[in-house]
Amino acid sequence: MTAAAPAAEATVRKSSPGAARGPRRRTGRLRRVGLPYLLLLPALLLELLVHLVPMVIGIVMSFKELTQFYIRDWSTAPWAGLDNYSVSVDFDAPVGQALLHSFLVTVAFTVLSVGLCWLIGTAAAVFMQDTFRGRGLLRALFLVPYALPVYAAVITWVFMFQHDNGLVNHVLHDQLGLTDKPSFWLIGDNSFVALLTVSVWKGWPFAFLIVMAGLQNIPRELYEAAALDGAGMVQQLRRITLPSLRPVNQVLVLVLFLWTFNDFNTPYVLFGKSAPEAADLISVHIYQASFVTWNFGTGSAMSVLLLLFLLVVTGVYLALTSRGRRTAQ
Amino acid sequence: MSTPRSPMAPPRSFLWSRRIFLTLLTGFVLVPVYVMLSSSLKPLADVTGTFRWLPTELTIRPYIDIWSTVPLGRYFVNSLIVAGAATVCSVVIAVFAAYAVSRYSFRGKRVFTVTVLSTQMFPGILFLLPLFLIYVNIGNATGIALFGSRGGLILTYLTFSLPFSIWMLIGYFDSVPRDLDEAALVDGCGPLGALFRVVVPAAVPGIVAVAVYAFMTAWGEVLFASVMTNDTTRTLAVGLQGYSTLNDVYWNQIMAASLVVSVPVVAGFLLLQRYLVAGLTAGAVK
Repeated sequence: MTAAAPAAEATVRKSSPGAARGPRRRTGRLRRVGLPYLLLLPALLLELLVHLVPMVIGIVMSFKELTQFYIRDWSTAPWAGLDNYSVSVDFDAPVGQALLHSFLVTVAFTVLSVGLCWLIGTAAAVFMQDTFRGRGLLRALFLVPYALPVYAAVITWVFMFQHDNGLVNHVLHDQLGLTDKPSFWLIGDNSFVALLTVSVWKGWPFAFLIVMAGLQNIPRELYEAAALDGAGMVQQLRRITLPSLRPVNQVLVLVLFLWTFNDFNTPYVLFGKSAPEAADLISVHIYQASFVTWNFGTGSAMSVLLLLFLLVVTGVYLALTSRGRRTAQ
Repeated sequence: MSTPRSPMAPPRSFLWSRRIFLTLLTGFVLVPVYVMLSSSLKPLADVTGTFRWLPTELTIRPYIDIWSTVPLGRYFVNSLIVAGAATVCSVVIAVFAAYAVSRYSFRGKRVFTVTVLSTQMFPGILFLLPLFLIYVNIGNATGIALFGSRGGLILTYLTFSLPFSIWMLIGYFDSVPRDLDEAALVDGCGPLGALFRVVVPAAVPGIVAVAVYAFMTAWGEVLFASVMTNDTTRTLAVGLQGYSTLNDVYWNQIMAASLVVSVPVVAGFLLLQRYLVAGLTAGAVK
């Protein structure tokens, strides 16, 4: 586990006194050339072990017929060519149909969730740009949903969405009389609304945090000059605030998109292992496809397709906003 | 800054819309928090029947029972070890990497940053199974038990927070004037001396922000925790689900347990949020 970090540290430590003693010029040059790589080494090794190598293995697995019979020794599984892919994208057959449905649900969910998170976060940050009494307290309060561990927050929402003893039905049905009978929130079509609510509740503070940080980089003088020239609040918002936030927003929306699209924790805790069809997000769907049927080949193919989709969307997005360099920094 | 933004006070319509918007938002944010807190102090009868805004009687019974219904203490310790170790390692490794990228020009720098950042978009589900297989194979080959152990989880979580941490610290280190570490180098510090004596102290807010992020990531992760832990190494993320698989769902205990596991992170986060905003302002958002 931690072996990589202390090991690298030890190497670095060892090299510094040695370098001071040895012939100055040669080790000096070696150090200048080698040191950045040495500093990067632990990060690089970990990225390889936990992200990159597994990704390559995942891609290889997607070309194999990897069912439960071969899971003990997956390298002996027979090659399946593109079979796993053709099963995944055959939208006339059940497997492909279910995947397409899940994909569309995820797209709708992501667009709505990211949009709402951004809108609420930006509105709150802009409203709280000027100091007023209680601003610090409010800011701390608003960050609570983001700070709460996902499972603790989502379990609370599960309780609130309960059919018989939940708060939501109590308020909507018993107290306000808006529904004829108590609704089911965690199964059926309502589950999409429930999922969206929880996701926005949990996600908007992040947008708020980032936009708030972005706002602090806008020089006050701009507003003062604009106000002197007679610009109202709305004009200041349109001409100064939003344009200045552009670079921040471009990164923020991308990050929110990727997190929301890949979100597993929220639906998994909200619905348990089998998500209702209306809220069948792609991560949980693939998890299901892999671990319930023990068909890891198809599951891997689906994951690769998902990754390709995200790569394309991210690429197009970065090209359109032409901020690739800034993001990569 | 206490100077007013403009010579004129903001119009009334703005003040009113601000008041209404922020009130509604506060309600939306606080209702679940209130449900968690109030339900955790209710007797079981209050949470099995129709929802009540106020408890019929206040009891701290749930806070006593949570420790025996499931081995919450053990999960808690596991989570502390895993999240703590992952945070420390992640921050140290990210500091080294960010320092290299910020202060040196070398071949492959751009490839490194782009690769590390792009791992952020990998769906966790894609490498869950391969990683599981790698850990099992490493275990079989070397005897180092990564699968099912806290070590494997620490390794996984610290890597999850690396990309964001490195990215943010690069931005932060860039904002520390180079003259400072050059002066330290002239004074005879090695490059690492310059890093730890000059750059790191100047970048404390950024480092705190990164540490908070890393801890929260590890403390809240569910997917890998549910596959990669066993009975003895289970973390809170999975352990908490133990309350609801019982025949009677002890909602008051679930809420109490949720509150107990939330307190360390929420308190830490709120104490350190100033740093987080400062860190984001100077680093990521610049």
